[in-house]
Amino acid sequence: MSPFSRLYITLSLLLVTMMAGHMVMAQTASRIVTVGGSVTEIVYALDQQDRLIARDTTSSYPDQVTELPDIGYARALSPEGVLSVAPDLIIAIEGAGPPETIDVLKAAQVGYVSVPEIYSADGIVTKIRIVGAALDQGQAAEALAQQVTDDLSAAQAAAVKAAGGHPKKVLFILSTQGGRIMAGGRNSAADGIIRMAGGINAITAFDGYKPMTDEAVTIAAPDVILMMDRGGDHGAATKELLMMPALVPTPAAQNGKVVRMNGLHLLGFGPRTASAITELSQALYGETH
Amino acid sequence: MSLAVDAPSVHAPPMDRRVQARRLTVALSLLLAVTSVFSLAWGASGTSLWAAMADLAAGRELSRLDRIVLFDIRLPRLCLGILVGASLAASGAVMQGLFRNPLADPGLIGVSAGAGLAAITAIVLGAMLPPAIRELTGNYLVPISAFFGGWGSTLVLYRVATRHGQTSVATMLLAGIALGALAGALSGILVYMADDSQLRDLTFWGMGSLAGATWAKVMAATPIILAALAVTPFLARGLNGLALGEAAAGHIGISVQLIKNTSILAVAAATGAAVAVSGGIGFIGIVVPHLLRLATGPDHHSLLPNAALLGATLLLAADMIARVIIAPAELPIGIVTAVLGAPVFLWILLKRRGALGL
Repeated sequence: MSPFSRLYITLSLLLVTMMAGHMVMAQTASRIVTVGGSVTEIVYALDQQDRLIARDTTSSYPDQVTELPDIGYARALSPEGVLSVAPDLIIAIEGAGPPETIDVLKAAQVGYVSVPEIYSADGIVTKIRIVGAALDQGQAAEALAQQVTDDLSAAQAAAVKAAGGHPKKVLFILSTQGGRIMAGGRNSAADGIIRMAGGINAITAFDGYKPMTDEAVTIAAPDVILMMDRGGDHGAATKELLMMPALVPTPAAQNGKVVRMNGLHLLGFGPRTASAITELSQALYGETH
Repeated sequence: MSLAVDAPSVHAPPMDRRVQARRLTVALSLLLAVTSVFSLAWGASGTSLWAAMADLAAGRELSRLDRIVLFDIRLPRLCLGILVGASLAASGAVMQGLFRNPLADPGLIGVSAGAGLAAITAIVLGAMLPPAIRELTGNYLVPISAFFGGWGSTLVLYRVATRHGQTSVATMLLAGIALGALAGALSGILVYMADDSQLRDLTFWGMGSLAGATWAKVMAATPIILAALAVTPFLARGLNGLALGEAAAGHIGISVQLIKNTSILAVAAATGAAVAVSGGIGFIGIVVPHLLRLATGPDHHSLLPNAALLGATLLLAADMIARVIIAPAELPIGIVTAVLGAPVFLWILLKRRGALGL
């Protein structure tokens, strides 16, 4: 056999293998792994949870999803661990990895769909459409997208009305580890939800989540402090929080305005975000408080 | 070893130990071979090495999944585990000999600090590089930066500590502390700048892992680590001599400066490559040489090869635990080595305070 014909055979074998790969992709996936809390929620919202076989650590809603095997943290997936649950499709939020693992999964002919993370109403609709297409549920996804869009605009309109031209300044505190306040700045999920709920993010000096110096927190003068609900005794925790020197002079501390919400609900940017907007807006402006 | 020495071993203790050490080398080689087979056989997925071997022997095709699990996941991981374990343990032994300090590790010559800083820089600022460079390095920007960062900081330390062709080990140690602090401060700035997901990447990098093992990493690390390990037998006599002190070693005809240069070069190469492909994995470099010194004494002729063998075996064993204990998820291997290594180290200290001369 001449080297040339050997090359030809190799190439055509390669081509056949690649086409076989496409055919696998085209079949309807029945063993799906989701990575990312909002992606998993969308699969449930589309009523396709029977096709789920595993999920990542950040997927914790609805409760029954936690009964599925956990393949680990989204950015530190192990190739053999993922392959061990024998998936035929992985739907993952942007940034899942590491890239070495994704390469191996693709080589193993596991379908892989990446879902972009954008902290806005349009971002949620995009996620729903992409997940719907991956699940072969285009129509259902379109209906869900429409419903979510309507819910979101209704919730946002109500939130704007509730704010009544006097939006409150909200400080999102991610953690207070070691007495340092880690706050949410621009382009964070917290920033997105605060604006959608008719508030103003008290922090505009930086992107993402960063530790802040005490005086900057005081100057930001938030009307409300927003935190994630971590369970446990909130009464004592709130008291301790409001006694932090940086917070004492703020209007939020003087009026005792601390709002705690479930992290995935608040920051997930999935099908439940409209209800998160309503909940946050009521907590900010509601008569209930 | 113990105080109650029986008569024959008083007459020929060195011979006795040499035989013992040689037997240990054979035993450790066998142990490494067995561990390697188990490392290929053990994983989260249902792929069975035995079934695959039976299939291959019968001339049957392996399924695509089995082929990928065995040849693209477990085999490169096995190779990387052996390379990294051997270089960390042998480097630790060389450093402890060179610095005549039981706590010495490759961190003393700045490799870890430099590699860590470079890795953090690549993770946080990598996106700012021109697309041409990013395309060239692909997924390997972090390991490449870590390797050159480790080398760079070792070179700086070496230049600082060397005057008139003489390298002062004491200066190197102190300058290493200063450089480590500086690298820590710069890393701190980068950590502050990092976003949420980069922070998670940094944390995971620091805990080490063999999960990202690819053939490309194995190919890149093999020549560097093998070359460095091949040099270590030639260091044994010199490191034995250095135990007497630098001046005494010089008087018995050892070219001290040559030993220093070669040791530093070999350790920087081996550790730099190991850290680059696996992140921060602790305790192998300290625990392994100490265990062996207790078993067969401080002679570097046997200590260095045995350390490489035992280091590789222990890292493979730790990796097997890391990959199956919370399957399908995976524990970073640095956590496993620290959880197992730290108590063992403490136990050695308590048990043999006398033998270690502490």
